[in-house]
Amino acid sequence: MSDDVKKSRPEFRNIHALTDLPNYRLPLAGFISILHRISGFLLFLMLPFILYLLDLSLLSEDTFGYLKGLVDHWYVKLIILALSWGYLHHFCAGIRHLVMDVHIGLDKDSARRSAATVFAISLPLAALVALKLFGAF
Amino acid sequence: MAIDNIGPKRLVVGAHYGMRDWLAQRATAIVMAAYTVILLVTFLSAKEFSYEAWAGVFAMQWFKVVTFVAFVALFYHVWVGVRDIWMDYVKSVGLRLTLQIATVLWLIGCAGYAAQIIWRA
Repeated sequence: MSDDVKKSRPEFRNIHALTDLPNYRLPLAGFISILHRISGFLLFLMLPFILYLLDLSLLSEDTFGYLKGLVDHWYVKLIILALSWGYLHHFCAGIRHLVMDVHIGLDKDSARRSAATVFAISLPLAALVALKLFGAF
Repeated sequence: MAIDNIGPKRLVVGAHYGMRDWLAQRATAIVMAAYTVILLVTFLSAKEFSYEAWAGVFAMQWFKVVTFVAFVALFYHVWVGVRDIWMDYVKSVGLRLTLQIATVLWLIGCAGYAAQIIWRA
């Protein structure tokens, strides 16, 4: 094969974050996948905060009350909502992973359907947490 | 699954090739999922959400042990996942090694904090 033919072919060695990612149409399962990673990393970064909340909730009656007061702030509610969504998404997408590990639902159609199912479960549950946090019930 | 597409000269044993961590990630996921169910059932079956009820659950020794096991599973799981992220996006070896060491230290610190929370009372 001549060098000319080789050179005229476009090479896709890596996806460039700025030029390629904005026009890259991700399939539904792709959104599940990248959000699985993002939610996992978010939970990793917030681990000390989560442990701190558990600490406050268990240390004494006073710190338990302090925690309740802390959660009255809207920005703390938002952080807890983000963490709840992260956990719910990571949990549901993780279960999907485990099911696929035993070779169930690997074809394109079922993979898309299971991806939709993950969103259909995790997002309403996150919405429920939001309603509870902001006092709808 | 095709297992014959890796080339005749490639050694497929010896360095684990990620199999051990892949499996550990799955096993720890199952442990955490089971713990989530235990915690949810305990929490939702309580008559009211008060400090006594909540702390009472965590005062039982078996629950402390189960909680700690779930936390250890969590830390191993996080190690595998976060290391994957560093390996995927950080190409500089020096920076990657630094981030990986920082991750391990971060997780060991969290493990100590978790143990203190669980067994303080």
